[in-house]
Amino acid sequence: MTGPVLAFIEHAGDEPDRLSLEALSVARGLAAALGAPLEALALGSAAASDALARALGAHGVQRVLAVEDPRLDTYAPVGWAAALRAAADDRSPAAVVAPGSDRGNEVLAHVAARTGLPMAANVLSIEPGATWRIVRQRWAGSLLEDAALDAPMRLFSVAPHAATAAEVGGAPAAVTPLAPLISDADLAVRVVRREARTGGGVSLTDAKVVVGGGRGVGSAEGFGKLEELAALLGGAVGGSRVVTSLGWRPHADQIGQTGLRIAPDLYIACGISGAIQHIVGCKSAKRILAINTDAESPIMAVADYAVIGDLGTIVPAISAEIQRRSA
Amino acid sequence: MNVLVCVKRVPQTGGRIVLTADKQAIDTKFLGFTISPHEECGVEEAVRIVEAQGGSSTVLTLGPAAAEDQLRDAMALGIDRAVLLETEGREWDPVSTAGAIAEAIQAQEAANGPFDLIIFGNEAADTGDFQVGVRVAVALGRPIVNGIKGLELRDGLAVARRDAAEGGSETYELRLPAVVGVKEGLNLPRYPSVPGRLRAKKKEVERIALGGSPAGALGLGAGEDAAAVGGSDIPGPTMLGLRLPAEEKTAAAVIGHGAEAAPAVVDLLERLGVLSR
Repeated sequence: MTGPVLAFIEHAGDEPDRLSLEALSVARGLAAALGAPLEALALGSAAASDALARALGAHGVQRVLAVEDPRLDTYAPVGWAAALRAAADDRSPAAVVAPGSDRGNEVLAHVAARTGLPMAANVLSIEPGATWRIVRQRWAGSLLEDAALDAPMRLFSVAPHAATAAEVGGAPAAVTPLAPLISDADLAVRVVRREARTGGGVSLTDAKVVVGGGRGVGSAEGFGKLEELAALLGGAVGGSRVVTSLGWRPHADQIGQTGLRIAPDLYIACGISGAIQHIVGCKSAKRILAINTDAESPIMAVADYAVIGDLGTIVPAISAEIQRRSA
Repeated sequence: MNVLVCVKRVPQTGGRIVLTADKQAIDTKFLGFTISPHEECGVEEAVRIVEAQGGSSTVLTLGPAAAEDQLRDAMALGIDRAVLLETEGREWDPVSTAGAIAEAIQAQEAANGPFDLIIFGNEAADTGDFQVGVRVAVALGRPIVNGIKGLELRDGLAVARRDAAEGGSETYELRLPAVVGVKEGLNLPRYPSVPGRLRAKKKEVERIALGGSPAGALGLGAGEDAAAVGGSDIPGPTMLGLRLPAEEKTAAAVIGHGAEAAPAVVDLLERLGVLSR
């Protein structure tokens, strides 16, 4: 009798995060392949809420293991890992599936280190069998690795945007409370202060439209035109590694291998040549529009649409046209 | 303040990745090598900490003999000492890598005194395993936080800041000795000076031969529950082969040239439903 698939869920209050819902799609497929139930661990004050059980049930989760410890409302990697270990001890899952987020990878690594189990980060697919086969990302997705993983409990994080979150119309999940012992020592490393994003507006990871700028933008001031277009579209502005290294944009806005992976409806790449390190950060966009002087630049190979020419005149012209039509 | 920074030698992949015929590795015939980008910031941070607070900086890597180049690069930027855990070239899985590094750190500390701070990159650029730093920290019984883009050492604490998923940032406080996994953006690494390069050439690299068998590194760093899973850490995952992702898209549809394309672009935005009206 195979154990369940246990998904680790990040949730803001009673709303699961996007990356967690994407990971649930992979976990659900794995549970189906194993003929095993899909269960999910939720932490903190809202863990046992009806709304969360409904939201997770809609994505195929049959049971929520709820650790309603309000101390876990604050992120503490070891404390969260202790809760995940306790859930794993209780349920003996065949596999644990976490989102490939900063927190998901970190919590899973703590579980792996403390149990002496191997862990595969940023997987795209999982095929159970006598030996489990996985496909995982290397170089942030520029390269794929076929690998084998053998362990009594398999630990996976799912690559961001590798799967699409999908409602499957399941009934609300059953809620099973869990009360693991979590010591103060487990909470010693935790978030002690938070600072809100400056500037307001939508974040790069949530934006439906992202306007990205590269070396072709020319200067920090040149980003003003991109900001204007993004504001008209209710979107956010990001940059390539070059522009954050040059200090034209803050580092938190870098899209690419060493920065953010985004998945907006539309990515408008302005003056970005398209180094592979940037492409891995933006290729999950549904559509890419490239604005570039060079019709042969590598960005054209991943773009759906292109405007050839100087972004310094094209971007303001687009903004003006939007304003003209909405006037 | 004694600081250790752990780095990894990775190929410098600019454009397309090309694989070897057996699909077991990247073909590096025409590629240079570098320190993983996150770790370049780790090296810079270690140098800055020792410049500001005194003490000593050490760089450590696990890799082939040629990884000596990356250790000398780090010393050219101002790192004092270098340790090479020399493999026979085959790639080591993250469990075995962490076990060997933890063991080497304990030996270094027994010989030269404790490290107040150990710096890892958030993840290696090539394998992206997201776990070696955490495994080493747990084996050593020290606190760790990953994804660090701001670091301050004061009053026996590492005050560490990282970007929050929802935007903005979050701060952690770790009692020293501690471990951090850092990200690019932590600082802007300096370029090596000519005298720095010359000094680095003459410095010693301490070599510790690990041989070809990662299994030899197991044992130390074993999890608390090791007995439950068979006596020691289970290595893995095992790489079977590499391949390039399928190219999903072909050529972009050119919808215009210059500013005259603006109406066509806005038509497209309307069609895609991204104009909020």
